[in-house]
Amino acid sequence: MVATPEKPNTDKPAYKVVGTRPVRPDGVDKVTGRAEYGADIKLEGMLYGAVLRSPHAHARIKRIDTSKAEALPGVKAVATHADFPKQESGSLDLGEGSANPLWLVENVLAGSKVLYHGHAVAAVAATDLHIAEDALALIEVEYEVLPFVIDVREAMLPNAPILLDDLRTNVRAKGVDTPKDVPTNIALHMRLEKGDIEQGFADADVVIEREYTTAQAHQGYIEPQNGTAFWNRDGQLTIWCSTQGIFSVRSQCATLLGLPESQVRVIPKEIGGGFGGKLTVYLEPIAAVLSKKSHRPVKMWMPRADIIRATGPTSATHNRVKIGVKRDGTITAAEVNLAYAAGAYPGSPVGAGALCALAPYDIANQRIDGFDVVTNTPKTQAYRAPGAPASEHAVEATLDELAEQLDMDPMELRLKNAAHEGGTNSAGQPWPRIGATAVMEAIKNHPHYTSELHGEDTGRGVALGFWFNGGMESSSSATVNSDGTVSLILGSVDIGGSRASLAMQLAETLGLTLDEVHPHIVDTDSVGWTGVTGGSRTTFAGGWVAYDLGEEIKKRVVERAARMWDVETDVVSYADGVITGPPDADNNPRSMTFKEIAKQLQRTGGLIAVSATSRRNTQGAAFAGHIVDLHVDRETGKVEILRYTAIQDVGTAIHPSYVEGQLQGGVAQGVGMALNEEYYYDDEGHVVNASLLDYRMPVANDLPMIDTQLVEVPNPGHPYGVRGVGEAPIVPPAPAIRNAIYDAIGVRMYDMPMSPRRILEELGPQNGSAS
Amino acid sequence: MTTDERIVVTATINGEERTWLSSSRDSLLEALRERIGLTGAKEGCNNGNCGACSVLMDGRLVNSCLVMAAECEGANITTVEGLAEGDELHPLQTAFLEEAALQCGICTPGFLISSKALLDWKPNPSEEEIRFWLAGNLCRCTGYDKIIRAVEKAAEEMRS
Ligand code: FES
Ligand code: FES
Repeated sequence: MVATPEKPNTDKPAYKVVGTRPVRPDGVDKVTGRAEYGADIKLEGMLYGAVLRSPHAHARIKRIDTSKAEALPGVKAVATHADFPKQESGSLDLGEGSANPLWLVENVLAGSKVLYHGHAVAAVAATDLHIAEDALALIEVEYEVLPFVIDVREAMLPNAPILLDDLRTNVRAKGVDTPKDVPTNIALHMRLEKGDIEQGFADADVVIEREYTTAQAHQGYIEPQNGTAFWNRDGQLTIWCSTQGIFSVRSQCATLLGLPESQVRVIPKEIGGGFGGKLTVYLEPIAAVLSKKSHRPVKMWMPRADIIRATGPTSATHNRVKIGVKRDGTITAAEVNLAYAAGAYPGSPVGAGALCALAPYDIANQRIDGFDVVTNTPKTQAYRAPGAPASEHAVEATLDELAEQLDMDPMELRLKNAAHEGGTNSAGQPWPRIGATAVMEAIKNHPHYTSELHGEDTGRGVALGFWFNGGMESSSSATVNSDGTVSLILGSVDIGGSRASLAMQLAETLGLTLDEVHPHIVDTDSVGWTGVTGGSRTTFAGGWVAYDLGEEIKKRVVERAARMWDVETDVVSYADGVITGPPDADNNPRSMTFKEIAKQLQRTGGLIAVSATSRRNTQGAAFAGHIVDLHVDRETGKVEILRYTAIQDVGTAIHPSYVEGQLQGGVAQGVGMALNEEYYYDDEGHVVNASLLDYRMPVANDLPMIDTQLVEVPNPGHPYGVRGVGEAPIVPPAPAIRNAIYDAIGVRMYDMPMSPRRILEELGPQNGSAS
Repeated sequence: MTTDERIVVTATINGEERTWLSSSRDSLLEALRERIGLTGAKEGCNNGNCGACSVLMDGRLVNSCLVMAAECEGANITTVEGLAEGDELHPLQTAFLEEAALQCGICTPGFLISSKALLDWKPNPSEEEIRFWLAGNLCRCTGYDKIIRAVEKAAEEMRS
């Protein structure tokens, strides 16, 4: 184990709260079991809901008969697709991605067709969960089984089974003809193009082209999806759930149920992980319908097998990369072709994958094609840096091979082509100040990079990762209490410490301690519209709001002090929680602490309550660089991670422990994607590893300590220099591990995950020690 | 279809004798959460693969989703709600807070109970022993680093 190296000195101002590591405000609740997560709710008269799911990968629903289930004692309501109003095609914003209500309602409960094994078909509410489950067995569904397609390449073939009869390819690629008006599984063909690609390859000394596949992986949050609803007789619908975005759940439910948004109130419960997978609704609208029919609150949560089969994995992908370089390492051209499986309905993250693929590099001539393809697998959802791990893996892996062919250090090759301020990204937009070079330099200078590697079959790999980071809208309000504390009212759910990071920014602004700011997360009726907790935006956008609130409170406190002292406001100042005015008539200095004035607010014109909204988009990109040492067991094909270092440009780390935690968590998920996580389908299109034993996520003894180095280049577009940190660290692990495996045993892996079985296959029969 | 009998179970939970009405099909986890109202133990998988439902049963670490409520007659059960004593948090709880060993917190009750079982049995475990002992508890947020450090810190604290 190695100590985390000292973080490099930066031009960060001296903060009192920002940059410290206090205990989080919700901490005690979470270590004593008191924190209430979605499934912990209990309401008077509450029923339990359960969902019947498709046993087929693709089938037409001929008939559903629920009468026997309805007759079972204890059953209070049954729901099918027929209980939902008809939807028009459109677009609902999910924060990270969007959903067409036409398909969203089909995904919630299937209409005429089921499109994947586990697709929801009907639901029951009963007085007891066991009764609800028994009732599911009494529902009769007649299916006409149809041919299915799981693999993204097969789904693109002209003779592939068609999932959606009305689907036609949306072409957003210059120079590509619109295809004929025939059914297809290709929902989108998009293209990004810059420079002259043919000329670029003509100028290259070395050109290599490689193909890669990545497997469908699940976000793997430990808390199951859940939703509890009560549809009151006055038409008001209340929903309790664990979601990344309460306002998004409100608009999805209102649309699917045909209600005005004002009739839907969403109350957030604590959320046990999301990683992008808890943006879309699954159970909430079903619980609502069951509640409407039974006039009782209905609680639902998903069994783990259903979570794996029916909630959002990330895309399985098939990607091709061709890169040309000059002998000196200058990349002259890059061509990237990405095919992403969207699952049952269009909407894979191929667009983001395309924008990220070449982002860390300044490449004059490039063309990136992306295909969004429907397959008989669960509808994909956002998963940490959606779309980026697959496309960037292909590029990082190819660069490693190029570096070898050029006999160059892999970091030198990257540095030579690093994206920089003033250059443009793949969409042709200019880069602001970015940390690509800083991160690459930090890798090169890290003691891990130059340390000696010991032992047989051990290897080292490096790779870069990039993610944009979102901004979007956040709202909050704050009230000054008479005891000198401030209540901070939030619309962002806290998935990994945002109560702390936002309260800390308000405390810093006001010169208070964290204990003096009380963050509260409230429902959709109690705070202004706030975007989802996702896309690494919460600490950034919420921090802006906290800052604005703090500045507004300061202004009002100064005004009040001026009035109390009977002086002009411009001679009163506020610093470090102390208000100072000019000396009084007797030349005595005048000052008050925040606490002192808070006590007097009520008598001097009323308490101070403020609210603010931020819509700034000055987030700035995040670059991550990882170094991994590993050992490959030639006999079993098992990869053991020996040492791991994650370096990242994090802007300012508000609470460094949670920033490190984001990096470490991202690495663990990336390692899982790289080495083990995938869906196994049998020849009937069934998911056969739908348990947490068979869907193998990293456990404590799969990983070493994960060292982090926070490169703090403050974001100039934020009062405290915040930049999102959560997404980027999931990107580099797979290519870094792949490059290290090559270093260890001389085998290049092109398919993920690099499981023991695949490694043994690649090692082949000549694998000496296997005999 | 399985028959569903009502049964009365009496057990000591966090030092207090409790009697409740269960279904013969209830697991201990269901009984704790849905019948008794102790929701600290969490369901992550309901089949023994995630450890979120860990509790101590007569001092032994069990996945409460794999224990039938009916088996608990007369048993002594400790859940996360029973870890703190009076105003004092258990040293593991304090260490988890100070080391930022939780992000979303859903796995935390399970890790705390599991770690307590480890330290009750072995007050001075190595990093490797902690990692192997906790391999039955899944955390998807933290990458385990800070959890392992928190357990090491609590162990040290408890020894002194
Ligand atoms: S819920 Fe018991 S082990 Fe997962
Ligand atoms: S903190 Fe979220 S699963 Fe462990």
